[in-house]
Amino acid sequence: MLDNSSDNDHSQAVLRITDLSKFYMMGEVRVEALKHLSLDFYAGELAVLLGASGSGKSTLINIIGGLDTPSSGKLFFHGREITAATESELTAYRRRSIGFVFQFYNLISSLSALENVQLVTEIAEDPMPAEEALKLVGLEHRFNHFPAQLSGGEQQRVAIARAVAKRPELLLCDEPTGALDFQTGKLVLDVIEKVNRELGTTTLIITHNASIAGMADRVMRLRSGELSEDRRNLTRLSPSELVW
Amino acid sequence: MKSLQRKLLRDLMRLKGQMLAVAAVVACGISVFVSMSSVQYSLEASRARYYSRYRFADVFMQVKRAPEFYLETVSRIAGVASVNSRIVADVTLDVPGLDEPATGRFVSIPEYRTPVLNDLFIKSGRYIDPGKPDEVVVSKPFLEANRLVPGDHIGAVINGRKRELLIVGMGLSPEYIYEVQPGAFFPDKRRFGVFWMSRKALESAFDMSGAFNDLSLTLANGVSEKDVIMQLDNIFTRYGSLGAYGRSEQLSDRFITDEIKQVGIQITFLPGVFLAVAVFLLNIVLRRLVATQRDQIAVLKAIGYSNEDVGLHYLGFAMIPTAVGAVAGTALGAWLGRGLMDMYADFYNFAELVYTFRFENVAFSVLLSFAAALVGALGAVRKAVLLPPAEAMRPDSPVLYKPGFFDRASLRKKMPLSLRIIVRNLERRPWKASISVLMISLAVAILVAGRYTYDSVDRMVQVEFTEKHREDVTLIFNNPKSPSVAWNLASLDGVLEHEYYREEPVRMRFGHRFRRQSIKGMQSAEGLQHLVDKNGQHFTLPPDGILLTSALAGILGVRPGDRLQIEFLQGRQLHREVLVSGTIDEILGLSAYMNLGQLNRLAGDGGALNAAYLRIDKTKAGALYTTFKKMPGVAGIMMLKALQESFEELIAKSMTTSTLILTSFACVLAFAVVYNGARISLSERARELSSLRVLGMSQGEISFILLGEQALLTLCAIPAGFMIGIALSALLAHALSSELYRLPLVFSAYNFLFAFTVIVVVSVVSGLVIRKRLTALDLVEVLKTRE
Repeated sequence: MLDNSSDNDHSQAVLRITDLSKFYMMGEVRVEALKHLSLDFYAGELAVLLGASGSGKSTLINIIGGLDTPSSGKLFFHGREITAATESELTAYRRRSIGFVFQFYNLISSLSALENVQLVTEIAEDPMPAEEALKLVGLEHRFNHFPAQLSGGEQQRVAIARAVAKRPELLLCDEPTGALDFQTGKLVLDVIEKVNRELGTTTLIITHNASIAGMADRVMRLRSGELSEDRRNLTRLSPSELVW
Repeated sequence: MKSLQRKLLRDLMRLKGQMLAVAAVVACGISVFVSMSSVQYSLEASRARYYSRYRFADVFMQVKRAPEFYLETVSRIAGVASVNSRIVADVTLDVPGLDEPATGRFVSIPEYRTPVLNDLFIKSGRYIDPGKPDEVVVSKPFLEANRLVPGDHIGAVINGRKRELLIVGMGLSPEYIYEVQPGAFFPDKRRFGVFWMSRKALESAFDMSGAFNDLSLTLANGVSEKDVIMQLDNIFTRYGSLGAYGRSEQLSDRFITDEIKQVGIQITFLPGVFLAVAVFLLNIVLRRLVATQRDQIAVLKAIGYSNEDVGLHYLGFAMIPTAVGAVAGTALGAWLGRGLMDMYADFYNFAELVYTFRFENVAFSVLLSFAAALVGALGAVRKAVLLPPAEAMRPDSPVLYKPGFFDRASLRKKMPLSLRIIVRNLERRPWKASISVLMISLAVAILVAGRYTYDSVDRMVQVEFTEKHREDVTLIFNNPKSPSVAWNLASLDGVLEHEYYREEPVRMRFGHRFRRQSIKGMQSAEGLQHLVDKNGQHFTLPPDGILLTSALAGILGVRPGDRLQIEFLQGRQLHREVLVSGTIDEILGLSAYMNLGQLNRLAGDGGALNAAYLRIDKTKAGALYTTFKKMPGVAGIMMLKALQESFEELIAKSMTTSTLILTSFACVLAFAVVYNGARISLSERARELSSLRVLGMSQGEISFILLGEQALLTLCAIPAGFMIGIALSALLAHALSSELYRLPLVFSAYNFLFAFTVIVVVSVVSGLVIRKRLTALDLVEVLKTRE
């Protein structure tokens, strides 16, 4: 389905970004969100991408997730070029390979927790049962609650369950704790870490909160659309050890 | 995709008010279409079946008296399939229980029952017995209106002799589906009926043995009616033929054909308006829905739903209410159609008026409404499909406000803040505001157009029964009388005023166009009969020349100043030329008026009179009626008052029903448009209004901002709606006009007041509903939600 022309040197990399740039016009102002970015992500790693607001991190995660297209540069997923994919190929890519967690949870308010997860399991190829996904995030007692009946942390855990239920290869979390308090935030990070550890899902968390970096295998920092830091943690902290 | 369907259903439930409004509008449109198209089909099918089973003729002709052996000649005309001769005569009746005289049209039937053209359907009782000359079969509406049954007796003055007739059967004929007295336009069931009597009895009564005065024939397939008519005219001119004519000039058929045509206009016109409004409603509701669900659309796409999935999902929001409306509309339409059909059964006398509910029509209308829903939803669905998911994650960019016309310092100072918000909001989206105004004004317009027919018929009654006519009684003579004979009427005790006219059948010719028509020669237009056009304007009788109704002038293609060829069909059958002195736009029929003296001169026969208008002393009416009932030489009697009453009764019933239906539908439309507009506004502005509340504005103040905007739109829509309503009525009047009648374009203040009141009430009610929602606004929650 996707272009399979790339070489095998980077077969270890789940995701490979080469010379990626993105600019868009805001009114009459040209905003350069990403500038010639090159990056690889490896299977099973938990990466945290840090950056202040406006640093381009949301743009990057959207491009990785197939929600947005770059102005130039290429993106390969398992060697297949995502940036050359058609609309239906992108849909299939998102459907099969990508799990999204958003800052504002973005649950469908008219569907219950279980139904929000089923939204994904109904269209994915080999999903885990929706109930199991909710159990994984510790919400087995909340199946039939609607978003409005859940706390922020619970809603975010439903969102995580929804993202992981399809057994994605790549879990993309955009400020997953941004709308949550400290305690609840840590609980959510716990779930993400658990998914990464137990399911081996390659996970990318983007956040402005530098403390979260402690739980990552790898920490990157984005500043004005450019990568200013890319390091590996020697030890991964458990989310419960994080402080901010 | 069960979860997505569940989301669809739950979201629909949340939007149930708006969706019900859409469904109601669709239901109105569909029900009009389904009922009217079923009625149209049923009328057409019933007519076709009736005509073929009872052998309704294709060509008709009345002559003064022609020898029976000419039938043979006629049947040899190429293309004539069958031919039938009859004796037809109008006589005065003495109906038990009716003071006034009535008129019977006597039509001859074979003594022994054999199939004939324009055959008789015996509804109850039996056919006449041979050898019993006093037996008659009588038309159903007349018997029913007079509460007579087979077995009863009725008096008739046949050729000057009073006879007691025995009613043996109740009958109907395709020739009299619309049963009116010659010269009248509306049925008066009590005072006019058709009587079928043995040919033999009528022959001897009217001294017509071996002769006939009425001919009907059917044509073989593919034969030119015009050719046959020409040959008939050539043969029978010398026998006083009034000219042969086809079905299109047969009064009863003409009325039904016009009715079917008018139903056809209603089928296209009303559902069209309703579907257009449904398109608009779906458009605004779905656009708003897509705007509020931007983030949900983004999520659906992010988790792997394709554009088609998302598009179909939002299309569902249009299709489900439409489907609900289609089902409800079909059911309502089936029911309405049956009711309307019963109403038609009052006007039209079919042997069998079968209501056929056609699923083809339902399928067509349902398809049409789905197409409309698709059109309405397309913009929003397209937006949902094209929405790039990454962009949808970001909140919609704030709407651009720029200083507008009302922001000029001088104006601004005088305007309170809340009013400024209203004005700016309207100014910012003039397109949306104009569409809302247009939609509300359409509802106003339908109300106006719906009640317009009321005013129009009122005017019709006013002109036809009051302004044009001052007489109480019209006596129609069976043979033209000399002026001296006619004036004997003046000596009758109780006759206060008397006036006569001549009705002369002619063929008018101008260039290649010609038409069978009668000329009415009047003594004056200032006495008992006046000349009044549809706008109520009085005309004088031209001293010289001929005055034509505009419709007739249009058919002949003549203009005032032209010279018209006149071929007299009776008497000396002279061909003359006469100046068209003017035209008059009358409500009913086609007419040509002339000064009686001039008409007499043109005819070259020293003068003849066909009828008398009499104004009578009410206290002596009883005695006069008795005299009229016995008077020889009188073919028909028309009572103006009775005609008016019968007209009003008949029209009032159908008019009330149709106006009620139309008004209810217009109310539904008005409510749907106004309520939806307010709901959309509320959803768009909830956040802003809550912020204002948080900042300290009162419930009343924010209600003013939201409802004030709606009120302003409604106020603009009302005068616009009046204008559109007038235009719509003019269009309707034009479309519904025929040779039989033209609806005058009149509007009473009451019409506008009614439309105004309905819209105000509907707006207030929807305002109250919205107000309730405003009170329920959760300030904190609204401020928390991201938008």
